[in-house]
Amino acid sequence: MPFPIIRLDYMQISIEKLSHAYGSVEVLNDINLTFEPGEIAVIIGPSGCGKSTLLRLMGGLEEPSKGAAYIAGQAPEGSLNPLTYIFQDFALLPWRTVAGNISLVLEDHKLSKQQSKAIIDDVLARTNLSEFHDALPHQLSGGMKQRVAIARALAVSPAFLLMDEPLSALDSQTRELLMDDLVALWSREAFSACYVTHNLAEAVRLGHKVIVLSRRPGKVREVVEISIPLNERRERAAELEEVQQQLWHMMREEALAADRELADV
Amino acid sequence: MSDPVNRKKVPFRGGGFKPRPIRFVAPFVFLALVLFWEFGSRTGIISNLVLPAPSEAFQAFLDLYNSGLFWKHVSTSLYRLVFGWSIGTALGILVGLLIGLFSLARSSLLPLTSAFFPIPKIALLPLFIIWFGIGEGSKVATILFGTFFPTVIATYGGVDNVERGLVRMGQSFGMSWLSIVRKIILPGALPAILSGARISASIAIILLVAAEMIGAEYGIGAYVLMAGSLFATDQLIVGVAMLSILGLCVSWLIGKAEKALLNWRG
Ligand SMILES: Nc1ncnc2c1ncn2[C@@H]1O[C@H](COP(=O)(O)OP(=O)(O)O)[C@@H](O)[C@H]1O
Ligand SMILES: [Mg+2]
Repeated sequence: MPFPIIRLDYMQISIEKLSHAYGSVEVLNDINLTFEPGEIAVIIGPSGCGKSTLLRLMGGLEEPSKGAAYIAGQAPEGSLNPLTYIFQDFALLPWRTVAGNISLVLEDHKLSKQQSKAIIDDVLARTNLSEFHDALPHQLSGGMKQRVAIARALAVSPAFLLMDEPLSALDSQTRELLMDDLVALWSREAFSACYVTHNLAEAVRLGHKVIVLSRRPGKVREVVEISIPLNERRERAAELEEVQQQLWHMMREEALAADRELADV
Repeated sequence: MSDPVNRKKVPFRGGGFKPRPIRFVAPFVFLALVLFWEFGSRTGIISNLVLPAPSEAFQAFLDLYNSGLFWKHVSTSLYRLVFGWSIGTALGILVGLLIGLFSLARSSLLPLTSAFFPIPKIALLPLFIIWFGIGEGSKVATILFGTFFPTVIATYGGVDNVERGLVRMGQSFGMSWLSIVRKIILPGALPAILSGARISASIAIILLVAAEMIGAEYGIGAYVLMAGSLFATDQLIVGVAMLSILGLCVSWLIGKAEKALLNWRG
């Protein structure tokens, strides 16, 4: 493969004693986490507990009030953007074609025309989007748009993917298809990722470990490891169901309490 | 199965509230109006003193055309319009961008813009004449100032309305500040800038006529003023029709630009 995308050159992300507040609202409280290379860590928690905030802090889009997120080790050579996001609302430029949206994130790097074209063709092929090369976002379904966003993320050879509810804007059938796509991508070349969701089915299908946050202010309540290999999970649904139940028990109280808190405001 | 005798179709109550353009209606209405007008003038229902017949106005147009002054008036007006409008719009976009991007510019220039925008620029014409001379300068300046402020407001509003998620996406991919402005903010603000251009173009035409009514030898405004002072109502109508056609052309051009630049909206 001419452009290996996600390298496991052992860049590791860790979060130490991280707290964050917006004004007087404490959102995250004393988070300590380590993300292993080649692993998908899923973060779940009731809505409003600070999952998106945590992800923004990890990727340097915001600065924490206390503590910090650290990167250990060099970013792998050839990685244009080590920490790369995939957003819930896709964040595609509506005035650029599929290829143009991917080219957008390559244009600031010193790449020749052929190099850029090769990268674009490669990531479109890997996400089965080659025939949509010249389509505009408004012509695509939600699932296709998110595939484009995934292709765009792959194009910069990230060392670590930060995904904020990437499937939440999609219907459940499309969600299934895209989960399969993500598993296939990971199986071909293991990537490191932090995947935020509120959907337990996604958590148990994609997570090597699942980090359960408490309601606001978010604290790490539990970390659940799931040892079933990703590509076997569809077949071993019964075992997954058990883990999902276990997660639901942890989440239920928190979700209930969070729900009531919001109603009080 | 329902009783086929006692049943009736569910009454339709949807539809409507969705007017669509029907082709050829507009030219037909226009033609009918002119014909009615001509008929009224010939039969004396519409007194010649009140309104000249369309045929008389057309004759006045032919006279104007044959005198060779038609192109002189039109080209003089077009020059002032294009010159004033394009500089005013360009400066307006620039300042609008500054206000949209920088806190300092926003705090200093936005209150100024809000204070100057509502001033009718025609009221400033005497000042412009003192500053820029009675010739082309004051006329171009009036149009320039008149189009500048609405463009500033449209542009910074457009910049404010660019989805923050797209900007954050650009930052998350490590795009440079300039790239984000050029490739995300400017195209995102373009729809607002173009609708601002539509408004400023019609303001420009109004100001053009007003400016040409003072100390201008040529130009559509000067022609209209002269016709008015002579009570040559047939010439007046020719001048007004020229302005209307000018306005239609400008709006058609901006429509074309919108189609070409905003085709991504689908
Ligand atoms: N930029 C901000 N300014 C103020 N409050 C914010 C901001 N972003 C998020 N919050 C608040 O922080 C809390 C956590 O938000 P978020 O991280 O989006 O939660 P989640 O993604 O888990 O649903 C919410 O109560 C939200 O209202
Ligand atoms: Mg969120």
